[in-house]
Amino acid sequence: MSLDKDTVRRVARLARIEVAEDRLEALGQELNQIIGFVEQLDEVDTSSVAPMTSVAKQKLRWRADEVTSGGQAEKVTANAPSSDMNFFVVPKVVE
Amino acid sequence: MAANSELTGLTLAQARDALAKGETTSVELTEAYIDTISTARPLNAFVTETPEKAMEMAKASDARRASGTVGAMEGLPLGIKDLFCTKDVLSTASSHILDGFQPPYESTVTTNLWNAGAVMLGKLNMDEFAMGSSNETSHYGPVANPWRPEGDNRTFVPGGSSGGSASSVAAEIVVAATGTDTGGSIRQPASFTGIVGAKPTYGRCSRFGVVAFASSLDQAGPMTRTVKDAAIMMGSMVGFDSMDSTSVDMPVPDFESALTGDIRGLKIGIPAEYRIDGMPAEIEKLWQQGEAWLRDAGAEIVPISLPHTKYALPAYYIVAPAEASSNLARYDGMRFGLRVEGQDLTKTYEKTRAEGFGAEVQRRIMIGTYVLSAGYYDAYYLKAQKVRTLIGQDFEQAFGQVDAILTPTAPSAAFAAGEKSGDPIAMYLNDVFTVPASMAGLPGMSVPAGLSDNGMPLGLQVLAPAFDEMTMFRVGGVLESAAAFTARPNKWWLA
Repeated sequence: MSLDKDTVRRVARLARIEVAEDRLEALGQELNQIIGFVEQLDEVDTSSVAPMTSVAKQKLRWRADEVTSGGQAEKVTANAPSSDMNFFVVPKVVE
Repeated sequence: MAANSELTGLTLAQARDALAKGETTSVELTEAYIDTISTARPLNAFVTETPEKAMEMAKASDARRASGTVGAMEGLPLGIKDLFCTKDVLSTASSHILDGFQPPYESTVTTNLWNAGAVMLGKLNMDEFAMGSSNETSHYGPVANPWRPEGDNRTFVPGGSSGGSASSVAAEIVVAATGTDTGGSIRQPASFTGIVGAKPTYGRCSRFGVVAFASSLDQAGPMTRTVKDAAIMMGSMVGFDSMDSTSVDMPVPDFESALTGDIRGLKIGIPAEYRIDGMPAEIEKLWQQGEAWLRDAGAEIVPISLPHTKYALPAYYIVAPAEASSNLARYDGMRFGLRVEGQDLTKTYEKTRAEGFGAEVQRRIMIGTYVLSAGYYDAYYLKAQKVRTLIGQDFEQAFGQVDAILTPTAPSAAFAAGEKSGDPIAMYLNDVFTVPASMAGLPGMSVPAGLSDNGMPLGLQVLAPAFDEMTMFRVGGVLESAAAFTARPNKWWLA
């Protein structure tokens, strides 16, 4: 499989990364080189192999459904590029 | 008062003992390092130096010692990779997108180190978001390797992604440093700079407060001058943490006590598949030398097979970018870091991420997005997870026959800056020997073992079964004694 210009444009859009129209071709070639490399995996027969979802063979722990932290709106918003009265200020989303 | 170089020349264990005997103080030691750091700026090892904080912590440490409270890392000045969140101190992951980010919390690993009495000298440079093998992708510029071949004036890379950590330890401008290893980011730079780098079993070190790259692989570990130093420091980094869902609740052994120097009767595996095409003769030779050292020390050398070795790297370059694309979705310009305004919300996201992420990070996010996208998930991501199972099984079978595995750490010595930065695949191949153990979540360490033909350091890698860091340190300690690696970089940055 190889990524054409349209696919690169679509992937960039999905990843929310602006890519200039004249960069799409070159970027596609870079990505194709990597995709070509990983496609070596096609040589491996995995028909009867289960996917590994975690190296740590343990169940996720349960914890009591209790509030453990909170009331720190000031700290939470302290690093925001724009904030007001402990709210994040974002570009207008709804017309 | 002792000369700076006398103090900074001490290993972590030696400094610990000198402090215990009252031969020096944390303040004296910390001042010596702060002075020395200021002479080593051409290495570009630090993103942020924190001398005032260091002095404050050193004074507090001396006060604790005076009152009889002494932690395992009491008074020892460390460098911290800039992937660890440090409270109210700029934490950037060496990315433009984290401009100005001062976390309101502290990572668990650094909290553990401060609780053990350690002192922070500052935050160390790295590849952006830990994506790289040469520390050339940092927004804050490349890090230089303290080593250079004789008569060569070019800058050589320190490896990556923990390049600032490796460079600062090798240059003796910190006692030791934290690193993180996703596919080899502790071990490969350790090999390139002639130091020890150890990655514990996945789950030993909490990932809380460590900027996430690939969550199923990321693991913190120590980067130090000696195996003993690594054992001491790892003991203060690990431990169960309820803030990390994959943290393992297991007793932590006394790693330092593993260094018995006795490996008689241990079985050491030599995997045939690591003898790759085009491996430089000097690497092959060092590997055989390592084998001989361990045999001479009474170990039994056993040829083993890890049949899926060659597929570990391609599987890694699906799994890691996939997880990265998901983890790095949080950088949206809304809650922290850089924001570049666009005409609407989507354009703001797109412009922020285009400007905030460097080329390699963008490449990996796009690869990850592609392999997870509708119609391709099974062909790439699911396939890679299945291959990962096979890689894990290879090691399980091998560790049925042997106690530890010996391999080279990297397929070459450090290369010159710029030599591989234009070719992603050539760069990825640096991690060919470190990635398989990462994929299986196993502990591994690099021990400096010799010099290349042009006088650059080379490391050997010891791998052990999951949660058997004790055997890893035991074998690593013997390897270190046998190699007697005493070469040091000539400090070109002082010229």
